[in-house]
Amino acid sequence: MDFSFSDEQQMLQESVQKFVHRHYAFDARRAILASAAGYSAEHWALFAELGWLTVPFSEADGGFGGLATDLMVLMEEFGKALVVEPFVAGVVLGGGLVSALGSPAQKEHLLPELMAGSLQLACALYEEQGRYNLASVATTAHVSGSHFLVNGTKVLVLNGPVADALLVSVRTAGSERDVEGISVVMIASNTPGIVRRDYTTVDGHRAAQIRFDNVQVPVSALLGQQGAALPALQQSVDRATLCVCAEAVGALDMLLHKTVEYSKTRQQFGAPIGSFQALQHRMADMFIECELARSIVMMAAMTLDADVPEAQKQRAVSAAKSRVGKAARKVGQEAVQLHGGIGMTDELDVSHYFKRVTAIDSMFGNADFHTARFARL
Amino acid sequence: MNAAFTPAELEFQEEVRAFLAAEFPSEIRHKIARHVPLEKDDFVRWQKVLHRKGWAAPNWPVAFGGTGWTAAQKYIFAQEMAKAGAPEPVPFGMKMVAPVIITYGNDEQKQRFLPDILASNVWWCQGYSEPNAGSDLASLKTTAVREGNHYVVNGTKTWNTLGQYADWIFCLVRTDITARKQEGISFLLIDMKSPGIKVSPIYLLDGTPEVNEVHFDNVRVPVENRIGEENQGWTYAKVLLTHERTNIAGVPRSKVRLEELKAGAAAAPDGQGGNLLQDPVFAHKIAETEIQILALEYAELRALAAVSVGKAPGPESSILKIVGTEAAQRIDELAMELAALQGLPFVPEQFEDGFDGELIGAEGEASAMLTYFNNRKQSIFGGSNEIQKNIISKAVLGL
Repeated sequence: MDFSFSDEQQMLQESVQKFVHRHYAFDARRAILASAAGYSAEHWALFAELGWLTVPFSEADGGFGGLATDLMVLMEEFGKALVVEPFVAGVVLGGGLVSALGSPAQKEHLLPELMAGSLQLACALYEEQGRYNLASVATTAHVSGSHFLVNGTKVLVLNGPVADALLVSVRTAGSERDVEGISVVMIASNTPGIVRRDYTTVDGHRAAQIRFDNVQVPVSALLGQQGAALPALQQSVDRATLCVCAEAVGALDMLLHKTVEYSKTRQQFGAPIGSFQALQHRMADMFIECELARSIVMMAAMTLDADVPEAQKQRAVSAAKSRVGKAARKVGQEAVQLHGGIGMTDELDVSHYFKRVTAIDSMFGNADFHTARFARL
Repeated sequence: MNAAFTPAELEFQEEVRAFLAAEFPSEIRHKIARHVPLEKDDFVRWQKVLHRKGWAAPNWPVAFGGTGWTAAQKYIFAQEMAKAGAPEPVPFGMKMVAPVIITYGNDEQKQRFLPDILASNVWWCQGYSEPNAGSDLASLKTTAVREGNHYVVNGTKTWNTLGQYADWIFCLVRTDITARKQEGISFLLIDMKSPGIKVSPIYLLDGTPEVNEVHFDNVRVPVENRIGEENQGWTYAKVLLTHERTNIAGVPRSKVRLEELKAGAAAAPDGQGGNLLQDPVFAHKIAETEIQILALEYAELRALAAVSVGKAPGPESSILKIVGTEAAQRIDELAMELAALQGLPFVPEQFEDGFDGELIGAEGEASAMLTYFNNRKQSIFGGSNEIQKNIISKAVLGL
């Protein structure tokens, strides 16, 4: 048994720490959020240069290795600095789908560009009636000659506003919640018939609600076998889920750390509030939540890297997401509460960490969804 | 023991319902239904309607314009107001400073300030907290130095809710810096137009500037604006804080929100072919919250009954503050869970007056997470819930 990081992982961690220290101060991040694109193109180019965009991919695909434990190391550091660049949405999720479903030619065409930072992808997978169920696909793709005609609406397409191309789950056969008959097509963002409503999310990321009105897509835009995409969708979403869990672990640690530090300096009733036992116990509880979240995320990452049945991997990811959701609620609320009014302000970074971990609980299935999935599997 | 309404009370309930149906402005009703934030004019307009009916200040003594209602009538009124979606009057004048003026002010002050509060001619804000005096309010540092017939006030007050609208502010200030900390505090009423006052907005985590910092730079305040005796302000402030706590349980509002939550859950697909109200886990969570609010409701009714036989609201009112805010925050959590992915879009333009574009998410979904964030303040303000537990420990349990 060995829980220590490999040399490569340590180097990766240090390289992200260096970047964050140099480029991701709170005010610098605020400027990125306020920019039109919502992320920094210079940072993105640097991510590519440093090789971070290759981390999700196997060596066979030309990547760093594709280990979930590597992603965990990277994402935890991103979480500590609240990095907003669309790594999970575009590279882990989008790239993951291409890697899992794409033909050799499609991969050769897309993955090098993605790893070089010159291609932005977004995945349009969720629908209003489907809640968190990836199999609930009412968006249809009917064959018409050498084309698909795509119709439907997707919600919360992360990175949708800046993506060059969209990977869309569509129903090519069966009815709304059938597990068979789901396909993935790649559609250029500027294709006629795409109606996009762009917005910022509550935690500062960019996303869009996207309607497809008779969008014509060549049959060659299909990724993988027609009607059999659901397992790959679930697998890619699970890896993205693991990534946001690891990101949350970093953010939760910051919430704990900042709260403890504040409690040592904030004076009320003639003493630092951290000297009051009632508050000490609450910070001890926050620490316990953080450590359990970290532990279960490590479990999940190691399970994804192990040679075990897919159901076991799904179960591990659901366990992690459920527990992280619980920790996000508890630690987030307590961090704000123990800071008092100042914790509610936009000015202090605590509220931004709180918003991010709360948003993470709501995406890719919340704690209840994953607890139920864990029980089912 | 009997908690049922009498025929006379039921008749009163009908009267309130009829009044609200006829008089609550439809424009304001529409704004609230669309989650559009209300502006100063909306609040004032509605309060003036209540004033014309004589119902602006149910808790005031009849001599100053109160209604003389029984506890049951006040409860019925609050419940019907919440059901109709009518906003409570802004509390700072009506519910916070007025009871202090009524109890401790002199006749001249009562005549000068109370009619304008009752008629909503003047907007008040609170000046209690300071950047370094939050839970430990008595450590406040804003000073008021006597110079002839004036006090000269210097310092900073913070968390002034809607202070950007305020005409007047009630402040706790230090008039004796040598006394023990609770003993050198006075209660001053200050005109916000006085030279030397600067208001700066504080943006909260949901992007709203609903609170402010108010800076006092050599602000001259006539001595006649002091309530009661010099250096006795802490005693008066404690009365105000107890009143603030009895108004904070928010049971009628929480009950209405819970019903909205159930309706929303019944209309929300669970992604498996059913709806969320049929989901046993979610239904269980709603039921637990409903039970908590029921217990809180009867705790509040007991407190109201005690007040109606002449007892002052006691430290037990801390229970109402703690449980009332926790219940409201629990509803926020459930609304956020209900909204799921559609709670994530930050689309404030959707909640602007006159927005006629396509809504993202079902009714209220896009505001669910923002409401959750904003309402975290509830367990912090009005004396944080930790301070309420200190009060229970000391004043009730004798620890």
